[in-house]
Amino acid sequence: MHERRRTFNVRPMRTVAFFFMVLGFVAIAIAAESNSVANSTELIRLVRQDCGSCHGMTLQGGLGTPLTREALAERSAETLAATILYGRPGTAMPAWKTLLSEVEANWIADRLLSGFPEEQR
Amino acid sequence: MMRWLGWILVSLTLGGCAAPALRGTGDLGVVIERARGSVQLVDTTQRMALSRIDGLGDLSHASVVFARDGRYAYVFGRDGGLTKLDLLASRIVKRVMQAGNSIGGAISQDGRIVVAQNYTPGGIKAFDAETLELLAEVPAEYAPGKFSKVVGLADVPGQRFAYALFEGGEIWISDFSNPRKPVTQRFPAGLQPYDGLVTPDGRHYLAGLFGEDGIALLDLWQTEKGSRKILANYGRGEEKLPVFKMPHLRGWALAAGRAWLPAIGRHEVLVADALSWQETARVAVKGQPVFAMASPDGRQIWVNFAHPDNGWIQVIDTLSGKVVKTLQPGRAVLHMEFTPRGENVWISARDDNRVSIYDTRSLEKVGEFAADAPSGIFFTSRANRIGF
Repeated sequence: MHERRRTFNVRPMRTVAFFFMVLGFVAIAIAAESNSVANSTELIRLVRQDCGSCHGMTLQGGLGTPLTREALAERSAETLAATILYGRPGTAMPAWKTLLSEVEANWIADRLLSGFPEEQR
Repeated sequence: MMRWLGWILVSLTLGGCAAPALRGTGDLGVVIERARGSVQLVDTTQRMALSRIDGLGDLSHASVVFARDGRYAYVFGRDGGLTKLDLLASRIVKRVMQAGNSIGGAISQDGRIVVAQNYTPGGIKAFDAETLELLAEVPAEYAPGKFSKVVGLADVPGQRFAYALFEGGEIWISDFSNPRKPVTQRFPAGLQPYDGLVTPDGRHYLAGLFGEDGIALLDLWQTEKGSRKILANYGRGEEKLPVFKMPHLRGWALAAGRAWLPAIGRHEVLVADALSWQETARVAVKGQPVFAMASPDGRQIWVNFAHPDNGWIQVIDTLSGKVVKTLQPGRAVLHMEFTPRGENVWISARDDNRVSIYDTRSLEKVGEFAADAPSGIFFTSRANRIGF
């Protein structure tokens, strides 16, 4: 660790190169994640329309709790994805695992935390 | 002379709406366009849309009641908006934001009070039907400091409104004989009532329960006898399916002496005798029912379903108790509405942006028109029905 940090300080060009390399990896990772669901348009519709029947089309809440970025600020992607897949016993939140894969639930959870996209109309 | 002047005034007032001829309102209605926040004004005789009214806010869960003259519609939006529409002039008369998160409303027996049922803040609010001035509110505080979402609001005779408390697990009856000083009675319902309805005669209020198998029943003619539970344990302890959409009870009514009810978490319509309230049969259907609506003559029950079966409609014949037709009116069927005497039923298909019209005898499609993500369909014949 110390060794590498010192190297960065000494060789700024390499630091910049490393920065861009990391950026590249992040971009690839994001692209890979976005590509991991082939049906993003359908998932957005599902969340807006079908989750929306309890949580509201604008996700401001209804019989279900609000799912806006602000409302979910304290929640992690993991717990959200688990709630989507397995439901919340004792509440009206059903388990969606028969309709959604783990990858799709993670995709939805990540996007809820960053502000869910609007449907393309 | 004065009469002529009057007519000129009327024509000038109505002039802007491209509806020059005098007309009645008995064959009018509105179709909610949920994403756009608009309604289409429709005519059930001509089977077509007449005009569109924009600017009604978030209509992702909207419901409509009508003034008894059939001219004015009150639209309750998800965002707490309450909008009064003039159907003859095709315009908004008045609009107020009355809550943060709302689910529907009802109109009093005498047509003078409009009441909204709200999730946030949990409770009901009463408005003057003429001016939309706030008259009174009843917060759904079922325990000190604890407020419940209100579901299943229905008008019942005697200037009263019945409703259920989702978290509170109770049925409340508020009497608005004095519109500014409502008096409320409370009755136990059961775990998580999700919707309610009043029978067409206004005698019984029923609240469907989500948290347990069964339905809470209150005889409004004898409230001193209290509420009781019917169809208890209809799931027989079996694990219910995940419920992807709450059923709506408003549509169901009594047909052929029996009540036809969507089962929660089951692909079934429950049938109960309307005198004894005992279960008499079950009809297996294609998915989890959302609406099970009786035709005005009670001969048919039309059923739509929750996601992922929401592209289907099934028609039950109430004489044989069997499904007689399965239809595919379009993707994401959200609502159905019968014409006043039931020769046609109008069906909205949200994801196909279409309203289809079916003949109830031939069960064939007889018309359709485009609508922008249509959901609820409401005809003015509701103005004359208890509980609508």
